[in-house]
Amino acid sequence: MADPAPPILRFENVSVVFDDVTALSKVSFEARQGESRVILGEAGSGKTVLLKAALGLVKPTSGKVYVFGRDLTTMRERELFEIRSKIGMLFQESALFDSLTIEENVAYPLQNQKSISCPPDQVRPRVEEALKFVELGGTLAKFPSELSGGMRRRAAIARTVVTNPPLTLYDSPTAGLDPITAYTIMELLIKARDVAQTTTLLVTYRYQDGNLVANFRYNSEQGRLERAHNGDLGNPRTTFMALRQGSLIFEGDQHSLEASADPYVNKFVKKHS
Amino acid sequence: MLDLLKGPVLTVQDFFILTGTAVRNIFRSPHYSDDIVLQMDAIGVGSMPIVVLTGFFSGAVMALQMSRALAQYGQVGRTGMIVAISLVRELGPDLTALMVAGRTSSGIASELGSMKVTEQIDAMRALGTDPIQKLVTPRLVAAAVMLPLLTIIADFVGIFAGWVISVFFLNVTTRQYWSSAWRALVWNDVAQGLVKPFVFAFVVALIGCFYGLRTTGGTQGVGRSTTQAMVTASVLIFVLTYFITQIFLYASSAQM
Repeated sequence: MADPAPPILRFENVSVVFDDVTALSKVSFEARQGESRVILGEAGSGKTVLLKAALGLVKPTSGKVYVFGRDLTTMRERELFEIRSKIGMLFQESALFDSLTIEENVAYPLQNQKSISCPPDQVRPRVEEALKFVELGGTLAKFPSELSGGMRRRAAIARTVVTNPPLTLYDSPTAGLDPITAYTIMELLIKARDVAQTTTLLVTYRYQDGNLVANFRYNSEQGRLERAHNGDLGNPRTTFMALRQGSLIFEGDQHSLEASADPYVNKFVKKHS
Repeated sequence: MLDLLKGPVLTVQDFFILTGTAVRNIFRSPHYSDDIVLQMDAIGVGSMPIVVLTGFFSGAVMALQMSRALAQYGQVGRTGMIVAISLVRELGPDLTALMVAGRTSSGIASELGSMKVTEQIDAMRALGTDPIQKLVTPRLVAAAVMLPLLTIIADFVGIFAGWVISVFFLNVTTRQYWSSAWRALVWNDVAQGLVKPFVFAFVVALIGCFYGLRTTGGTQGVGRSTTQAMVTASVLIFVLTYFITQIFLYASSAQM
């Protein structure tokens, strides 16, 4: 059967081994255009490594990673820069550059990714637009250390989406935040997904984050999230995945996730429902 | 037995790979000249006070100590020569490099180490910059330019301190001191005195970067890298100075 749209991201039997520790073992999956994938797993289950492998930051020990149809595993670091410019990544703990102001941080991908080639006079308007998007207007001249954890996370989201990447990866965006701030962050992620129709991978250990991604959408007129009616999010929709000790033990939609008999999978669902 | 050796050998190999990449990057774009200037200021100008102080007191103490030995032969007038030779050939380069290693290698290791454990290095790669190009090469270039300059300053300050001691405490005339110091130095000494800091610059900058970029294990790991960088850089400076001295001795004896 001919497939009209190749997957945006494709893992083929990917294993990552550090010294003696297996971080990922034989993970295979595909993410299609516009799809959201929620990856659940405990600490140390290989969630972060999976995202880093999708960016080419970590080289798989075996297996293949395809992004936009190109095999990352055979590429050199300099070739990878072009692919990475089409991927937005939000790191755990934000990973903003301490020595740069918020403005310089958000401008960083515009100025340093060669394939983006943003004209210098466009940088500032785009930075301002991205910061307005995350509702962080007057912080341009501040340093990351002057902001609270939630604000840093928002600035990092601005840096992630400033280049309008078609694929975005979020590594535990709500970790260590209070419930209200966490909700604001999730709102921003869903807004970024629905405004730009991006393919999204969200790594988390909180089931309610996944629930928001799967069932809510951003209403741009009212400027807030609203519950989507069944099937209203369109096709393809949200797929849940669960990782345990580097292995993919579950892949499916929310119904089958909630119906799963696996105690490990159940733990995520039960704990937060 | 082989397993025991594997770790250290791999570490040394990684270090040489980093050195090769950092040097190759000097000739490849993009060039981060702003970072080079910034690092020159941090490594060079920032180290001036400690280098001047150590240079001054090592010159002064050399003059005091050596004058006692020289007095036995009635040669106190040659204090200038001893101070000049020992400073230019050995103490100037070594002490300067050690001071800069204590300040800079550990500083670089902790800065890069913190960036590593907070994923800023990964973020840099994700956002289209090569961390070696952006972080390591500017530090290497800055150290390679500044360390020889700092050494020259330390040498001069040290010889000046020797003069102060000689004139005020040892009853040596100014003329006697400077002419014996000046005549003592030959090209071989000066060459040696400048090759050493140039080589030490690689040690100071790259050992700091190497341990910084290898940091794992959170804040505790940053502390570990910082200590390791400083200790390794200091020991390497002593080992290398011996070998460079040997090579220069061999080369000058081969000429004769």
